Formats: sequence, structure tokens, C-alpha cells
Amino acid sequence: MSIDQHVLPGPEPVLNLPACHKEEDEYEMVYHKPATMVDTAMHYCPGCAHSLVHKLIMEVVEEMDIQEKTVGVAPVGCSVFAYDYMDIDMQEAAHGRACAVATGIKRLMPDKYVFTYQGDGDLAAIGIAETLHAVNRGENILIVFMNNAVYGMTSGQMAPTTLPGMHTTTSPDGRDVGYYGAPIKVSELLAVLPGSFYVTRQSVNNPNAVRRTKKALQNALKYQQLHKGTCLVEIIGNCPSNWKMTPVEAAKFIDEEMVKTFPLGDIKVPNAEDLKIF
Amino acid sequence: MTEFKLMKGNEAMAEAAILAGCDAYFGYPITPQSEVLEYLAREMPKHNRIVMQAESEVASINMVYGAAGAGFRTMTSSSSPGISLMQEGISYIAGAELPCLIVNVNRAGPGLGTIQPGQGDYFQSTKGGGHGDYRMIVLAPASVQEMADFVYLGFDLAEKYRNPVLMLSDGAIGQMMEKVKFKPYTRPEVDKSGWATTGKPKTRKRNYITSLHILPEKMEEHNRHLEEKFKMIRENEVRFEEYNTEGAEYLFVAYGLSARICQKAMDMARQKGIKVGLLRPVTLYPYPYQRLNELAAQVKLMLSVELNSGQMVEDVRLAVNGKVPVEFYGRMGGMMPTPEEIVHHLETLIQYHHVN
Ligand SMILES: Cc1ncc(C[n+]2csc(CCOP(=O)(O)OP(=O)(O)O)c2C)c(N)n1
Ligand code: SF4
Ligand SMILES: [Mg+2]
Repeated sequence: MSIDQHVLPGPEPVLNLPACHKEEDEYEMVYHKPATMVDTAMHYCPGCAHSLVHKLIMEVVEEMDIQEKTVGVAPVGCSVFAYDYMDIDMQEAAHGRACAVATGIKRLMPDKYVFTYQGDGDLAAIGIAETLHAVNRGENILIVFMNNAVYGMTSGQMAPTTLPGMHTTTSPDGRDVGYYGAPIKVSELLAVLPGSFYVTRQSVNNPNAVRRTKKALQNALKYQQLHKGTCLVEIIGNCPSNWKMTPVEAAKFIDEEMVKTFPLGDIKVPNAEDLKIF
Repeated sequence: MTEFKLMKGNEAMAEAAILAGCDAYFGYPITPQSEVLEYLAREMPKHNRIVMQAESEVASINMVYGAAGAGFRTMTSSSSPGISLMQEGISYIAGAELPCLIVNVNRAGPGLGTIQPGQGDYFQSTKGGGHGDYRMIVLAPASVQEMADFVYLGFDLAEKYRNPVLMLSDGAIGQMMEKVKFKPYTRPEVDKSGWATTGKPKTRKRNYITSLHILPEKMEEHNRHLEEKFKMIRENEVRFEEYNTEGAEYLFVAYGLSARICQKAMDMARQKGIKVGLLRPVTLYPYPYQRLNELAAQVKLMLSVELNSGQMVEDVRLAVNGKVPVEFYGRMGGMMPTPEEIVHHLETLIQYHHVN
């Protein structure tokens, strides 16, 4: 049935407005999309973490008023189009090379805020060398590490972060740790390096988690002013499509399964001395 | 600085990078060009420029991508195995239209090969190397002087066309010492504000650097745009040198180090009464097809001399299009032909083709 068939001929319908109705200018603005986001539809699946995290980063950029001073690096992965959504100058890096690209940007423009946005395949598999060395050099950048335990973009293959026993298209019987090794805990690994300054693992699967993630991103971008090293914000990302779950199930899966391998919370925090100037 | 200096090719190239205003150099050690990184590690900080030893050539070319994307003059150098590792990055740089200079001090291969000079990377340099439809402008120096000069030229061309430029040198020219003069240089004004990622002010739209065009229509449009650019490059940037081509009956075609050896061979042959000239392509892309085609109407035989198993000879044949015999002579693995060897080969070919 087409939409037209619903439109019946007759007089204009009378709207019965509820008693609490206010005119537009009577409302108090409690939420708005950050002006640092491009006003366009996103290509992400419903319930995907990427869209939410894009918005959080851009909220922080807006609140810190650093749009003019921020350069982002997009990865190859589902978030490859990040530059279509974030209204800042950005560079698209080859798969896994974001940290090398960010190094090139940041070393030449040390006063700019530079971040990479990378999936777990991008960062922990093909780009582990670039990532590890960037952190070891203490590149003064923020790495936003979106860990959804699968290769999202290529439709759900096993990632270095895939949970033991987790079914993916390339581990149809579940990840065999004896064959492929255990999931890499990137944050714990990189926190060991003196070049990392702030390392935390968060999620965005419930409102409190979203608030904590935003706080972590705020901290990390603020710390960039200190020139003290790399900040790594790992975010356990929902990928309902490739986990073959509804968005609600995916949110639950993070609390029930993902956190067993990837416990949430701060892994390395700056000492009070370093933060004195704030 | 206009007085002559005695320098290695690699060092002259590094010094020229500083004089050309190179903001950042990223590299990884490999023989026979490690002097470049060493020289710049010492000298760049004195000029407040960035120099960085990357963890691999994969990283260095991507650092170049980042710096070039932010609008800076930037370069890397390496030798054959390292240049192979950079091919992914070069393809992205070409796709994203970023200007930069890449120097390959060619050693003999394939594989780890040897650290001795070679010209086996001709195909890789001129026919793509990485994936997709793209070209680099390829400059082939034949002296220490040109290793310096082509740094300026390379940066200028890269910025003019927003395209990577490759200087294809080799282990001999990189390592040998010759006199070199650093000529005064005026850097052309280039406005990068329309695309460089320097941070988006409220007054302009965001700049983003990408090689991704997911819609086939858009991708083809981009391919066509690149091809337009390469066409302009082919029309305007062909460079070559000729020696004794007037009245020549035979022609050596050789670039870089081989051209140096052929010059000597040419002199020896001429003393014997063989009227041979030399065409030295200076740009390997774009290639002097047209001039070679013209010369094919005049000479009776062409001999392409290369330090490989016969790569550029395919382009000579393409240019000549069957008008005259085009033959090849080469040594490999770091072995060099002597001028005598080349003359002897030319004499044999003249007999064989009955073109005396
Ligand atoms: C060199 C190279 N190899 C493989 C690919 C194909 N590829 C694209 S995205 C991707 C994995 C992305 O997974 P991840 O980084 O976890 O990001 P997600 O999509 O899950 O957010 C792969 C393998 C590629 N683009 N380039
Ligand atoms: S496949 Fe997964 S990561 Fe990719 S957009 Fe869909 S939910 Fe997000
Ligand atoms: Mg992933």
C-alpha cells in the first residue's frame, strides 16, 4: 500500500495538543547535536558504537573550542568515512597506518590536537607496528581505539581481539586459542611503554558508560596540551550486525562477555604532579 | 653558496633537501643510502626541521603522507627493498594527490639482492609499482650534481602537479664523490590552503585528504582527473639530453649510471669511426617517446644499455615502433659493463643487422 492511499480527502485535521504543549521558543535546550558534526545521515548500522563515539569526540572538540586546532586521522574499517561526519580537517590513512600518518602531522604541527580513530583490525593486526612505535616514541596524540572484536567492515572476520570461543566468519567453530593465540589486550600492552601517558578502556553500551567515555576523551585531549606522551582511549564497541545480535543483545554482550577479557576502567593514569597545571 | 664542493651523491641530495626548504624527512636505514638519514639527523635539527628514523619504510612513507597532507614539504629516501615496502603508501599518496619527493638509490635485486648498484627498479618506478592507475614523475640523475639539482626540481614538480615525484638514482651515483655546486634557488609560491589539513577555521569548509571514492561514478571521475594531470605531465615535463645525435647513424639509449658509461663508449666508438650518439632520458616518466621516434627516422640501430635484464628497452621499442632494430645490452647484480664491452656489442650488432 502506498503512502498516498493513507491521505484521505477532507478538511485539515485538528490537532488536539496536550495541556503541557509549549511553543518552540518556550523550550529549554537540553541537548543538541554538536555544531562540529556534519549535518548528514550516517551509514552505520543501528546500535553501532561508531556513530556514538564520533559524536562524543566532536562534542568534546566543540566544548573545548578546538575545532580550528584539531586534525583527525580516519582508518580503514567501518569508520573509514569518519571525515564525512566530523566537521574538522582530516586525513584518511591506509589500513593500519593511522599512527604513522598522525606522527607526520603532529611532528610538524605540535600545537594542533591530533587524534587517530582506529578499529581493532586496523590497530591491533595490520597496524600494530605503527601503533606500538608511535606510543613508544610518546607521540603526543590521542588514539581512539574502537575494539569490537571483529573486522566489521569486511563483514565479521576474526580480529586479534576476538574473544576465545567467539564465532566469526573465519572462526566458524569459535576462536581456537591453541591455533590463533589469545586476544591481544592492546591497552595493557601499550600501558607498559613509558611513551604512553594515559590509557583507559571504556564502553558506550549504557548512559553511564557513555558519560565515562566522554570524560576519558576530554581528559585525553586536554592532556595533549602537556606534551607528555600518547593517550589511548580504548572503547569496547557494539557491532550488533556482525555479532548477529539485536542492539539490545549487543549492549548486554559487552557487560556479560567482552568485559571478561577486556575489563573496563583506567589502566594508566597520569600522576598528580603532571596534572598540576590544570 | 656557489663554490664547488666535493660530496657523495647521497649527501649532496641531503644538503639540497635542506636548501630546498624540506620541512621533514622520514627514513629507515638501508645500504647504499643510509648516509641520507645520517646526514639529515645531524643537520636538520640545526635548521629546526623534522628528521625521523621510522620503524620501517611502511611507517616512513605514511609519515610523509601525514606531513604532506598537512601542507609541508617532505621527503623520504630508501633503496630497492625499502621502496618495495613503500608501494602501498605511494599508491595512497598518488590517489590522494599529495606532493612529496621519494628517492630510490637503486640496488640490484630481486629480493635482498645485493647492495651494489642496479637499474632493476625501472619497471616498478615507471609502470606503477603500487596498485591502481597512477604515475609518478620519475627523475633519473646521472651525476652527483643532478642528485642535488633534482631535489629542487622534484619538490617543485611535486607541488605543481600535486603528485609524488621519484628520483631514481643508483648505488654508484649515491656513493660516488664528485664536485657539486648548490645553485641559488627560488621556491615557487604554492597555495595549499585549499586542501592541506591545518585545522579548520570557521571561515572555510573542512579539508580532508583521501584516496577513497566508493561510488564507481566518482571513482572514475577521479581516475579521469588523474589521467588529465598525467597527460599534462606528458605534454610538459619530458626531459632528456642528447650527445652527438646530429648525423649519428647509431644511438645508445641509457639513463643514470649507464648513460655515464655509454658516454665513454660513444667516445671510443667515434674514435673508431662509428658514428654513434647517445640519448639520455632525464625523466623516465614522462618518457621521451617522441624524440626517439624522430631519431628512428635517422639512425639505423638503437642500443638500450641498462643495469638490468632489459626493462627500459621496452619503452624504446614502443617509441621506435619497429622502424629500426632496437637491441639491448645489460649487466646485472652490481656488475658494470665496460665501455669496451659496449662498443664490442655495438659492432657485433651492426654486423648482425647488416647496417654498417
Ligand atoms: C591492506 C589492506 N588489507 C585489507 C583490507 C580490507 N579491510 C578493510 S577494513 C578491514 C578490517 C577492519 O576491521 P577493524 O579495524 O576492526 O574496523 P571495524 O570495521 O571493525 O570498525 C579489512 C581487513 C584493506 N582495506 N587494506
Ligand atoms: S558492521 Fe558493526 S562496526 Fe560496522 S557499522 Fe555495522 S555495527 Fe558498526
Ligand atoms: Mg573491529
